[in-house]
Amino acid sequence: MLAAGFTKSSVGKKLLMAATGLMLFGFVVGHLLGNLQIFLGAKVLNEYAVHLLELGPLLWLMRGGLLTALILHIGLAVNLALENRKARPTGYSFRASVQTTYAARTMMVSGVIILAYVVYHLLHFTFRVTNPEISSLHDAAGHHDVYAMVVLSFKDPVISGVYILAQLLLASHLSHGFGSMFQSLGWICEGNEYCMKKVSLAIGALIGLGYISIPAAVLLNMLTVPGGAG
Amino acid sequence: MSVTLDAKIPSGPLADKWDKHKFDMKLVNPSNKRKYKVIIVGSGLAGGAAAATLAELGYAVECFCYQDSPRRAHSIAAQGGINASKNYQNDGDSVFRLFYDTVKGGDFRSREANVYRLSQVSENIIDQCVAQGVPFAREYSGYLGNRSFGGAQVSRTFYARGQTGQQLLLGAYQALSRQIELGRVRMHTRAEMLDVIIVNGHAKGIVVRNLVSGKTSTHMADAVVLGTGGYANVFYLSTNAKGCNVTAAFRAYKRGAAFANPCYTQIHPTCIPASGHYQSKLTLMSESLRNDGRVWVPKSKNDNRPALHIEEHERDYFLERKYPSFGNLAPRDISSRSAKEACDDGRGVGKTGLGVYLDFADAIKRLGEDTIRERYGNLFHMYEKITGENPYKMPMRIFPAPHYTMGGLWVDYNLMSNVPGLYVIGEANFSDHGANRLGASALMQGLADGYFVLPYTIADYLARIKPGEAGDSPPEAKAAEKEADKQTKRLLAVKGKTTVDEFHRRLGKIMWDYCGMARNAAGLKRALGEIPELRERFWEDVNVLGSDKELNQALERAGRVADFLEFAEVMCHDALERNESCGGHFREEYQTEDGEALRDDQNFTHVSAWEYQGVGAKPLLHKEPLVYENVKLATRSYK
Amino acid sequence: MNLTLHVWRQKSADLGGEMVRYDAKDISPDMSFLEMLDVVNEGLDQKGEEPIAFDHDCREGICGMCSLTINGIPHGPDRGTTVCQLHMRRFKDGDSIHIEPWRAKAFPVIKDLIVDRTAFDNIIRAGGYISASTGGVPDANAILIPKKNADDAMDAAACIGCGACVAACPNASAMLFVAAKVSHLALLPQGAVEAGTRVKKMISKMDEEGFGACTNHFECEAACPKEISVKFIGKMNREFLKASVKK
Repeated sequence: MLAAGFTKSSVGKKLLMAATGLMLFGFVVGHLLGNLQIFLGAKVLNEYAVHLLELGPLLWLMRGGLLTALILHIGLAVNLALENRKARPTGYSFRASVQTTYAARTMMVSGVIILAYVVYHLLHFTFRVTNPEISSLHDAAGHHDVYAMVVLSFKDPVISGVYILAQLLLASHLSHGFGSMFQSLGWICEGNEYCMKKVSLAIGALIGLGYISIPAAVLLNMLTVPGGAG
Repeated sequence: MSVTLDAKIPSGPLADKWDKHKFDMKLVNPSNKRKYKVIIVGSGLAGGAAAATLAELGYAVECFCYQDSPRRAHSIAAQGGINASKNYQNDGDSVFRLFYDTVKGGDFRSREANVYRLSQVSENIIDQCVAQGVPFAREYSGYLGNRSFGGAQVSRTFYARGQTGQQLLLGAYQALSRQIELGRVRMHTRAEMLDVIIVNGHAKGIVVRNLVSGKTSTHMADAVVLGTGGYANVFYLSTNAKGCNVTAAFRAYKRGAAFANPCYTQIHPTCIPASGHYQSKLTLMSESLRNDGRVWVPKSKNDNRPALHIEEHERDYFLERKYPSFGNLAPRDISSRSAKEACDDGRGVGKTGLGVYLDFADAIKRLGEDTIRERYGNLFHMYEKITGENPYKMPMRIFPAPHYTMGGLWVDYNLMSNVPGLYVIGEANFSDHGANRLGASALMQGLADGYFVLPYTIADYLARIKPGEAGDSPPEAKAAEKEADKQTKRLLAVKGKTTVDEFHRRLGKIMWDYCGMARNAAGLKRALGEIPELRERFWEDVNVLGSDKELNQALERAGRVADFLEFAEVMCHDALERNESCGGHFREEYQTEDGEALRDDQNFTHVSAWEYQGVGAKPLLHKEPLVYENVKLATRSYK
Repeated sequence: MNLTLHVWRQKSADLGGEMVRYDAKDISPDMSFLEMLDVVNEGLDQKGEEPIAFDHDCREGICGMCSLTINGIPHGPDRGTTVCQLHMRRFKDGDSIHIEPWRAKAFPVIKDLIVDRTAFDNIIRAGGYISASTGGVPDANAILIPKKNADDAMDAAACIGCGACVAACPNASAMLFVAAKVSHLALLPQGAVEAGTRVKKMISKMDEEGFGACTNHFECEAACPKEISVKFIGKMNREFLKASVKK
């Protein structure tokens, strides 16, 4: 088991940040793969949604795990950020940096905005509070028509815009976070730190593009609701 | 206190002296050790190693250094390596060979018994350092690597990249840190020793100024150890750190400790020349550069053309010309002197005319630029960073610089000065290098003294006294503290117009001109006239701002320069009195027809130990004869 | 050349400080940065103004004493270089240069540009050593060390303890310093025995001294005059995890 004091230590906290980040990353990847099924048509996507719900208790376990990870990830981030700020009470009058990235310096900002977006996203697609008129349709099989919900939502340029912006921030967050995760866990083969930085950038970009491809396809009329209202 | 020099060399055959002595010396009862307090001044290789080892043995140790951490002493700057007679390479090395090489390298002006012991314990040093985690270079087999260094015929030098001094010092520092954490050493950083406290003829404490608060305080103990380094900064420009100073050793000298062979100074040939008046220190480049570089100056005087415009037949490769068999690899002192002669002759190069070329053009043509880059890449890079010139395209400029001082406080075989209870270790003492130190031997001596000699010999003294004899604040302590405060106040009271550095520069110039690489009686006499004048002007015109109640760097420097201004005279007296040339001491009057050093074994096979007689008064000379029973005195020849 | 300096002046630890403007006139491009400050100081001295206090000693880039932040970059613009090895030809006539001390809670300013780095010593005291008392150790060649390990250990051991990593880190973290010592000793068989307790003790002391945590900006590596790699931070994290799990 973990030794006493582990969670109090700055390195321990970083390790937990990385571990919870890894879980959230897993979700981001899984969720993306799920969503991309939209390109396979309404039937596939809607059936996938049904299968997910059929998981039942397992789904709730996953949701619980993710929520815990999210809370820990945020709590530790806030805690570390405060401690880090305390570590330099007087700043430099002339500020400069050599090789840090914009993404690395704005992890807190991107994190907070992503969190806000996640809340909105849940209200929109999961709890269907914000746009009930398009999120409660049913398909021919009687399943919840996730496909239509998504496509119709993204037809609205405001919704798409917000979504795309959030995904860009997620890409930024991951472009630093993915590599950091490995560095914090000590999982990089030594000497590959800079290669990992590039991999991290690529992963961030890939995931961002993956998510953005959906609203983009909708806006470009590549995804439409057959004979639907859109 | 009158000085008597008893070297206390143990009787018996050379090889058995140290073992016999270790048995003969008294031991301190283990349960009593913590009652004895030892003060150690300096935290370099010698001081740091001694502080850690004495604490491990159980003594109560207080250690002082002027830097902000005991990890920064100038031992850290040594690049080349550390010698040991391990004979790992099976190339014929032995304790006796290292001993012989060191005695010969010192031009037969060191004590046989001390050097033999040094050679013996050199093996333990490597073992100890490896155990501490010093990352010495390794072969692919996992065994330790060695190289031959400084012209030695055997490969006995251990090294950690170009940072051997740093790694050895960090080893000692870490051992010391462990003892500090255990509460056995009290470490005082940013603390400068200003005086030794002598009670009933024994060294019992020191006066210290806290460099941050400015407060002086006294610290009492049962013995005092000085590991305070050398005095090459008397020349102002040297390869020493800016803070290196003679103050601790000199104040001990003023309290009765004899100063031995102060004129033995080592001038290193391959340093980057000064570029202007503002120059604050000189940077050494590894001697290995001379393996492939050719040293030359123009044949004609005041030839200001760029090096590349000077044709081959207009160049004087003076080392190759004068020493055909050794050529550019002639020993340090000889190479340095030849460069000086060329510059004195008006053939020096660079803006200042104080430099000679070290040319790699032939080597690059022969071996290719890549090979040269592989061998000396980081040195070339450093050179370019400092001078802004590309040594692949044009020759380097080099000039000799003061580097190490073989002289120091006189000590006996036990490393105790003539003041009982006052021990001196490392470069601060005079003991092992004679008139010239060999490459990779300074690190060896510092660690030998600190790890393996002092911890034994100091017990013999402590076992004979009662702990805490002198009390916490004897009247002598108060008096010494008052005196130190008085000197500080005096420095601040002058309120003159000239900066401390300016005085230091002027002193440095006198010493470099008259007591540097080559000396003569007329010049030394002139220096002995100019130094007191400069000292007088210092006390009338030095400008030290601020107060003594705060961190005041000008005040720190002023105190050190004040001591250099007195010490410089002792050096000149010693150089003037030694009517011979030996090792780092070259007297122009004493040379062979072709300009080689001429020793006078008849009259000067002795240690010159000087006793303080008052400011400006000529010190009193005492001689310790050097007896050679195991080696035959010979003349060095490099033709 | 002529330069304008903006220098942090602070009389003592307990008094506040401010940036003060000075003119540095007739500076030679061949001067080192510290020599430029020497010249400015001699000028101040002549005018009866107190010179600028700054730490320095060996002036050849190895003692780790010098510690100036120049235009926001610890040790200035040259990579792998201490301030004492930085030369004025790196600057242009008319430049203005901001000179500030290391900034970190764990490195309080003592005066002007001088900071107190005792926190680093305290971290080493907490465990940055191998417990091998003098004497009684085996022959040096009795411990075989693969060349790769010895070289890696040397890379880490090259740290000069200057504190630039802390000064450069957006979080004033000392991870690179600690990681360098942890890695140096853990890479050697002699040091592996105590590796677990060492890493835990050193990290706990590091936190206690008030340094921040690492968020992987790698600014420390960019500022490090010995170019110590951030790979050692990864190694330290692994060592820490190993030590914490084994329990």
